[in-house]
Amino acid sequence: MLTRLMPLLAAAFLTVFAGLYAPAAQALEVRAAVLRVDYPELLPISRYDLRPEDLAFAGAALAEEDNATTGRFLGHSYETVTRSTTPEEAEQAMAALLADGIRYVVVDAKSAELEALSDQAAEGGALVFNTRAPEAALRSDACRANLLHVAPSYAMRADAVAQFAIWKQWKRWLLVSGSNPEDRALAEAYRQAARKFGATIVEEREFEDTGGARRTDSGHVMVQRQLPTFMQGAEAHDVVIAADATDYFAAYLPYHLWTPRPVMGSAGLRPVTMHGAHEAWGATQFQTRFEKLTQRRVMEEDYNAWLALRVLGEAVTRTSSAEPETVEDYILSDAFELAAFKGQKVTFRDWNGQLRQPLLLYDGRITVSVSPQEGFLHQVSPLDTMGLDRPESNCTAFE
Amino acid sequence: MTRLLLSTALCLAATGALAGKAFVSNERGNTITVIDTESWEVIEEFEGGNRPRGITLSPDGALLYVCASDDDTVRVFNTETYEELYTLPSGPDPELFVIHPEGNPLYTANEDDNLVTVTDTESHSILAEVPVGVEPEGMAISPDTNWVVNTSETTNMAHFISTGDYEIKHNILVDQRPRYAEYTSDGRRLFVSAEIGGTVSVIDIAEDGTPTLKQKIGFEVPGVLPEWLQPVGVKVTEDGSRIFVALGPANRVAVIDGASLEVVDYIMVGQRVWQMAFTPGEEFLVTTNGNSNDVTVIDVAAEKAIKSIQVGQQPWGVAITPD
Repeated sequence: MLTRLMPLLAAAFLTVFAGLYAPAAQALEVRAAVLRVDYPELLPISRYDLRPEDLAFAGAALAEEDNATTGRFLGHSYETVTRSTTPEEAEQAMAALLADGIRYVVVDAKSAELEALSDQAAEGGALVFNTRAPEAALRSDACRANLLHVAPSYAMRADAVAQFAIWKQWKRWLLVSGSNPEDRALAEAYRQAARKFGATIVEEREFEDTGGARRTDSGHVMVQRQLPTFMQGAEAHDVVIAADATDYFAAYLPYHLWTPRPVMGSAGLRPVTMHGAHEAWGATQFQTRFEKLTQRRVMEEDYNAWLALRVLGEAVTRTSSAEPETVEDYILSDAFELAAFKGQKVTFRDWNGQLRQPLLLYDGRITVSVSPQEGFLHQVSPLDTMGLDRPESNCTAFE
Repeated sequence: MTRLLLSTALCLAATGALAGKAFVSNERGNTITVIDTESWEVIEEFEGGNRPRGITLSPDGALLYVCASDDDTVRVFNTETYEELYTLPSGPDPELFVIHPEGNPLYTANEDDNLVTVTDTESHSILAEVPVGVEPEGMAISPDTNWVVNTSETTNMAHFISTGDYEIKHNILVDQRPRYAEYTSDGRRLFVSAEIGGTVSVIDIAEDGTPTLKQKIGFEVPGVLPEWLQPVGVKVTEDGSRIFVALGPANRVAVIDGASLEVVDYIMVGQRVWQMAFTPGEEFLVTTNGNSNDVTVIDVAAEKAIKSIQVGQQPWGVAITPD
């Protein structure tokens, strides 16, 4: 009796609440969370890459504002809680969110924690948005029905770079990768991209991670002497492709090569979801709104969290529902589309829950180009030329 | 005799009554190009402020209003001398506006502040600021002047603002990134383009002004990726028989039959076609083509592009003097 009564009371309350805003619309309260797992990490090579305290949360704050402005006209209200945690305490943090009744969780975590947290969320009937983990497995054998990927995969990033290299006719690649498992996974994505788009990897080199601090007071003196010799005597190549997912050496590559060549990938020209100078397709307004709200420039993690919550907001707006099942069905349907300052709508792959989106090729100051490149065609969407296409994914969770 | 003819010609030129003018805002060039709509020659190019985009004229054609987006102001020019007369407070980053058919007030969309600003064009003061959705852009006023419509690009709605009390009375959800709104002359229908959604929403307006979404019109051009069919500017003929839709990077203007609401033709124009304006009497339709730095002149009856004219850098909007 009590359980039956509760929803009725809630509905009555919400109806009264809705009357204040839009008499005709049905009131909804949408509660979401951003759960960020912070790992013990060395400081980055560049101070520009220091992680702000409100990383990802700032993007969520803007999304909450954007969603609320739209929701105001429909009687939908949005509340987003943000939590940072450690890998050890992540499970506890997720449990607390679920106990609080939250059914939408944006997770900024690495693959291992993301998998565990997603399963935990599934038991609580919650939908998870991955805004960080790029591993191919998560989009294939290890995919999950309640896990949507806003973060691009290694494959999407590698394909974005590969298409630009092919467009430039830079087809001979020297692949330099790091020695950590993440670096090797990224290097594999570049090998696949080379095969997919017809580039040749003329030679590969691995730059070993020997640990220690990533920068020292006058470190450039040694870098300037050591890196060129490491890069000496390579086969003739057009471009150096850097696969350094853990960010310990690639930033030093430009200008320290033996043969003068452009660097792309983890340094030089980098594939990103967003950067603070991107202005095309109305992005200026996104940047100014973000800066006004947060007093700093946007970083990829912020944009990813913003995008995840905007996906949620768009689905709630169109379905007038805050039920995870209805929302996810809509997100994965053909009807879903969202403008994300990328010049074309972003949508989801219904076979593995991956968001399709253009990637910006960024030189550290401006948008140099945007992939997919002109001329790379696909029977479904040009965006499916980047990342795992339907036949390449073993995911069956969405069938 | 020759002297007499010459002085008569001078007289006519001075009144400006015969020669219509098209004013084109060049977003990147920071200039306004003036085109004679009879000879289709460029007759002048003058400074338009920083990043001029939205452009319109007073009903008598004497004043030119330009949204100088990066100056956070509306600049007002004399259409004969091209002198800047004064600026109007517009709110920050004005992009598009619509003027009351009697010339006052001016309703401006402020993209950065989620506001529509109502500016008195005589006292040069702000009458009201109406909070709307995220990134307001398209603006239209109903022919009976009871409603101002604003479209917000991130909220994806058309907001219907009552001009009586400046309150939003209705909201209609449309597709992604709505850019432009245009009423039919009888006020019973409104078209809203959605750039990223790739559609034009058709909204029927009841006697009392209540809007209802009737349908959405999609586009299809063989050989053009659907992603590049991005509707922006919309113009409807006075009799409502034809709707012209600028399709942005598809470099085409779609022609829609007003009765069946079917696309009947696509007219090739310049690159990244953005906004449009009719000449008086709707003989010609002028389109701005941002990436080819020109405007295309379309013969409306024939539904053919007849001419392109080089203007300044990255033309954005166009306004044409009335008869």
